[in-house]
Amino acid sequence: MADHTQSIAYVRTEDAPKLPAPASTVGLQGWLIKNLFSTPLYSLLTVVLGTFLVWQIWDIVNWALFTAIWSGAGREACLVENSGACWPMVWDKFPQWIYGFYPIEERWRVNIVFVMAALALVPMLMPSAPYKMWNALFLLIVFPLLTLILLTGGNFNFSWSAYLTVIGLFLLGAVAVPFAAFGVEEGIARNRTGLILAGAAIGLWLLALLFSGLNWEMGGYSFDPLPLLIMLLLIAAAVFSLIVAAGGENRSAATGWAVVFAAAMAAMLLLDGDFGLVAVETSQWGGLLVTLVVSVTGIVASLPIGILLALGRRSQMPIVKLFSVVFIELWRGVPLITVLFFSSVMLPLFLPEGTSFDKLLRALIGVALFSAAYMAEVVRSGLQAIPKGQYEGAMAVGLSFWQMTAKIILPQALKISIPNIVGNFISLFKDTTLVSIIGLFDLLGIVRAGLKDTAWAAPSVAPTGYFALAAMFWVFCFAMSRYSMYTERRLNTGHKR
Amino acid sequence: MTVTADVRERPKVSFWNDPKVRATAIQIVLVVVLVFLAYEIVQNTLTNLRSRNIASGLDFLTKSAGFDIIQSLIPYSSASSYGQAILVGVYNTILLSIVSIIAATAIGFIMGVMRLSKNWLVARIGTFYVEIFRNIPLLLWIFIFYSAVLQPLPGPKAAINILDSFFLSNRGFMMPKPIFGEGFWLALMGLLAGIAAAIAIARWSRARQMATGQTFPVLWTSMGLIIGLPFFGLLLMGFPLSWEFPELKGFNFAGGIDVIPELIAMFLALSIYTGTYIAEAVRAGILAVSHGQTEASHALGLRSNMALRLVVIPQAMRVIIPPLASSFLSLTKNSSLAVAIGYPDLMATGGTVLNQTGQAIEVIGIFMIVYLSLSLITAGFMNWFNARMKLVER
Repeated sequence: MADHTQSIAYVRTEDAPKLPAPASTVGLQGWLIKNLFSTPLYSLLTVVLGTFLVWQIWDIVNWALFTAIWSGAGREACLVENSGACWPMVWDKFPQWIYGFYPIEERWRVNIVFVMAALALVPMLMPSAPYKMWNALFLLIVFPLLTLILLTGGNFNFSWSAYLTVIGLFLLGAVAVPFAAFGVEEGIARNRTGLILAGAAIGLWLLALLFSGLNWEMGGYSFDPLPLLIMLLLIAAAVFSLIVAAGGENRSAATGWAVVFAAAMAAMLLLDGDFGLVAVETSQWGGLLVTLVVSVTGIVASLPIGILLALGRRSQMPIVKLFSVVFIELWRGVPLITVLFFSSVMLPLFLPEGTSFDKLLRALIGVALFSAAYMAEVVRSGLQAIPKGQYEGAMAVGLSFWQMTAKIILPQALKISIPNIVGNFISLFKDTTLVSIIGLFDLLGIVRAGLKDTAWAAPSVAPTGYFALAAMFWVFCFAMSRYSMYTERRLNTGHKR
Repeated sequence: MTVTADVRERPKVSFWNDPKVRATAIQIVLVVVLVFLAYEIVQNTLTNLRSRNIASGLDFLTKSAGFDIIQSLIPYSSASSYGQAILVGVYNTILLSIVSIIAATAIGFIMGVMRLSKNWLVARIGTFYVEIFRNIPLLLWIFIFYSAVLQPLPGPKAAINILDSFFLSNRGFMMPKPIFGEGFWLALMGLLAGIAAAIAIARWSRARQMATGQTFPVLWTSMGLIIGLPFFGLLLMGFPLSWEFPELKGFNFAGGIDVIPELIAMFLALSIYTGTYIAEAVRAGILAVSHGQTEASHALGLRSNMALRLVVIPQAMRVIIPPLASSFLSLTKNSSLAVAIGYPDLMATGGTVLNQTGQAIEVIGIFMIVYLSLSLITAGFMNWFNARMKLVER
């Protein structure tokens, strides 16, 4: 090997100094070149679109801020030539947009509901907050009850017969407790007495219904011995059944029955109670309140129906499957407006003569049925994503269908459907605007009603109203869609392989 | 499972736990409950109808309607029957759905591709469009376009004039109306022949490309044929086509085609709102095609536009079509919101009929049947299209 160090004049022994990156690739200039002016075509596009955009945005900002009228009372303030948005109208109407025609001195009740909802919902939506179970219980059971009492004024004045019916149904339900504790066969064997007593009660009730029509009125002077006899039989049946059930190892069924019974009674007493609240008809509700009530009730009511329909659609039983498919596809195939027309015009025809029905309640039923069909499809897609091994594993350890569904399948399926459920909620929230077409004053309805007010008749009033309304809806929907994306990301990492 | 001599009986399942017995019992209960409900509903409805003196049946459809409709594709006057009024509504719904579907698809594809642009500003505009328009209810957009955008336009006298033939005012959009003279049929024949020839050429070219690899400029020849043949037909017959221009007469325009503001508002709101969903579907579809596909096609020597057309788009379409189909379906159903601003679609004319006759069950039944069939037709068409576009897999 020849000695190269001598034959070659110069050999570099150290690295060349690192030069800074070309100015055209870093910093602001680099960013501009890379993202805005990379080719002549893009440069042209940037200039043209940029000019257009700046011009449009300037127009809107100018209208909404700089030339806008900010204070004043009545239309005269907004009749200025070439003026922009008419904000005094919004300040004036805003309380109505939130509460509708809810009596002004009773609005604190709505405020309490809003605050309660926010306080319960925020920790529910934060994955790290503790006590999820209690939180959910509060949101799904206590909160709706309190809301119902606060908003309507409570004092529902249940009749004696309503109480007796509920108590009777629960007593009858107690007969099923031994089945839950021991299984069907052994339950029958051990609880013969209870079953016979319950059977006798039902038989008597049917006989009475056939021959005379039962007089449930027990208060006052009219006193019918038959209901008393039936109640006594039912109480005896329940006592026997509960004693049998308490003798077994598994007492959770009996305890569960007692808890639910007590809760139902407490709820009835609460709704019945007179808290001195003034009754407020639902026709006086309006604005954001109605929008929230309709969308939240719609989504909460649609979830259980949707789950049942989704299970039915995947069922092996042909009639159940057929029923679910027809129900789902029927509601999904028609527009929500048709459904609302249906519930507001046709539902009263379907019910016995003389039953009058709250307009809001009718809309709620329509919305709940409609969104149940969509919810069923969301849940079904979640069910389909569960691998077959989960079903087989659950069956192999001997779980029954409902145990498998409730403990293995649904928790996983619902978890992966959360983003879609939120998406469903967003579209339901937007769709509640349609109730304004059947004459309810939701947020859109009340804003439009306010625009007809002659005290605020000015050309800039309608655009301002719609602008403010669009901003409100946008904030709600955008926040929800971001939350849905956040959940999706959070759940995604859990399933990464 | 046991085939051999082991003739053990199946373990005896108790009657209650036999899945077959249970399934039968549940289904019997369901049927009984449904039949009972149906019976109750029918009984109640009959009683209610009798007490309100409404005769059920479809006889009312032949009675004279007595109300006018501001836009009709078929001859209609207030002397026409209720049935015709509903039919006018059906046609108006279909017209609105079709034009909006075409526009929404165009907007959606443009915006979806824009969101993926390397140009920051272009991509941002796409994102802005989607986030702004999707998060505000459609009904609100309809009102915004109708009363905040179209109504403040100048009246007919000060209408925005485009080339003296198109006028935009608060009374709607006026445009020239073609008057077809005698002999126009030849141009129509030319159009049909052009389309047929274009389809034939596309097939021939594909077969030849499969066999030999040679390509043929299908797009330009087809366009030439479809435009050229009708033009040639017109030329032969001495241009039997004239235009009737809208003219200002008194307080409004006369002549030409009047596109009513309700239709414009519905069209804008539906196509822009649904466009956001289509844009998202398009973006997801293109992102679903892995970058390796593009790189591989470049490595094979395809130019960018060829790679896009032959490799990326066919695969992206497979992902795009199902959500596209559901967007079309929801657009068709959302066209029923037209009732809110008084565009005479099915819901609006049917609603008037319902109010006048009180035939709630029949009219709502017609609503449901029409919308269900429109949905089924759209779904059927999109399924067919999906089957066509699906990648043939081994």
